[in-house]
Amino acid sequence: MNPAFSVLLFTTLSGAGYGLLAWLGIHYAWWPLPSQRDVALIPLGVGLMLATIGLSSSVFHLGKPLRAWRAFSQWRTSWLSREGVLALKTYIPALLLAWLAWRGDSGPLSHVVGILLALLSFATVACTAMIYVSLKPVPAWQHKLVLPGYLMFAALSGWLLFACTAALAPTPALVGAVLWALALAALKRSYWKDVDHLALPSRESATALEGIGKVTTFERPHTEANYLTREMGFVLARKHARKLRVIALTLFAGTPLLALILAMLLPTLANFALWVAAIAVLVGAFVERWLFFAEAKHMVTLYY
Amino acid sequence: MTALPAPAQKKLGLVIDLDTCVGCHACAVACKEWNAGGIAGPLTDEDPYGKAPFGVWFNRVHSYEVAGIENAESEIGKGLVASGATPAMTVHFPRSCLHCEEPACVTVCPTGASYKRAEDGIVLVDEDKCIGCKLCSWACPYGAREYSAVEGVMKKCTLCIDRIYNEQLDEIERQPACVQACPTRARHFGDLGDPESDVSKLVAARGGRDLLPELGYKPVNKYLPPRPRRGAALSAPGDAANTNESLDTGALSPMLRWLDRVLSR
Repeated sequence: MNPAFSVLLFTTLSGAGYGLLAWLGIHYAWWPLPSQRDVALIPLGVGLMLATIGLSSSVFHLGKPLRAWRAFSQWRTSWLSREGVLALKTYIPALLLAWLAWRGDSGPLSHVVGILLALLSFATVACTAMIYVSLKPVPAWQHKLVLPGYLMFAALSGWLLFACTAALAPTPALVGAVLWALALAALKRSYWKDVDHLALPSRESATALEGIGKVTTFERPHTEANYLTREMGFVLARKHARKLRVIALTLFAGTPLLALILAMLLPTLANFALWVAAIAVLVGAFVERWLFFAEAKHMVTLYY
Repeated sequence: MTALPAPAQKKLGLVIDLDTCVGCHACAVACKEWNAGGIAGPLTDEDPYGKAPFGVWFNRVHSYEVAGIENAESEIGKGLVASGATPAMTVHFPRSCLHCEEPACVTVCPTGASYKRAEDGIVLVDEDKCIGCKLCSWACPYGAREYSAVEGVMKKCTLCIDRIYNEQLDEIERQPACVQACPTRARHFGDLGDPESDVSKLVAARGGRDLLPELGYKPVNKYLPPRPRRGAALSAPGDAANTNESLDTGALSPMLRWLDRVLSR
């Protein structure tokens, strides 16, 4: 599949944004932050900004951006529509929480709003993943680790950004991030291992010639490329898959580990290490998302 | 709504005969011609006379090489012809929308632009509602939907809905443009929901097949597999290359001998 830049940007940035909002929500649901406004408002602002940048980039990816509002109508059947609806609904508890934080209110209402924010944020990310999981013509995306992968990436990148923006103690935050990142690395390795052995259905089945003889392509319909071969028949990244996997793992799992070691050795640099880890995880998620698209084979390629 | 309607009695669709298709692309061209001006139009081509023409086609005709097989081992040969083999052959394969009974392209649509008609099962795009997110084309394993970057919306086969119900046309012309254009009658149009219709009988008689049935999209269009050949034998690979014909140039007329010399250079 062709990895459209806007979709990569959308899934990684809004994933991180909703992850950040989810951790903020959990934080409020569990133990309200001290009533310093900035400590709540900065992560909220950053989370909403990332989610909004991601959503806008996904809108500009459309052929008709001005009609984007129509995408909120078909939530009964379409995961894309569900994602749009939930993405928008997440703004309600987020803005409500901003208002409560502004007033310094940390009463029971902030607990409830926090729970709502966390649930809606994770549900939005889950819908993003389900858009891909539900596509039968792309077997790699139907893998059972796709949904947990999306959620864990959102949680990891969101957690590091939350730790940065809410000024949490850097070293304990990094310990959590490293454990999470190692689990995520194991998940991705297992996904990649399975995807490498995944076969599409046969060309014979695609052409109604099953059991009649082995089918090989003799001539394409047209001499030139078309929408299908450009969008679904993307091959560039499969060529570099090995290297890109190592790069992704180094960025999203290796760098947090190094950052943690740095923070423990030189506590004065702990905050710096936390930022480095947060940015590396975001870039690593971007590379991983690129592979997620580029490595996935669409069944229409059977015809070509 | 992108929710699917209750299954209809009427299932309009095509039956494509892979035995008689000669791969002339007349269906694809007739389709492009009609639909460029029909309700699905325009079918814009980018750089049409340039180096890399790029555009939307609802029909694309592929050509495949099918290896030879002993009829006793072939799924179509088994019941029909006991002996002999079907030699390697070229099969031309027109590909277009199959108007599935379970079209995932419809249910994934976030706007309701894609829909399946309750009355006859035709799958259509309402281009005024389409936002051009391309998700429907990802959901289709058959490559039936193509995106037009110029129009910013998704395009697909309409089963020539503006022909088949068009009372301005003579009754005999009320069929899809691809069916009418086919010089070998490899394409048949009709109601596949009615077991008594000509197309249903044809499918039953020739063992019509679904494409990628394992996905469960339940395509309405059916493909008739090539008939097994009789009396042929499978040649061992490389046979044709090994037969070296010898030519006695002395027996040729001077004119042909000169030609042979020139061509042999």
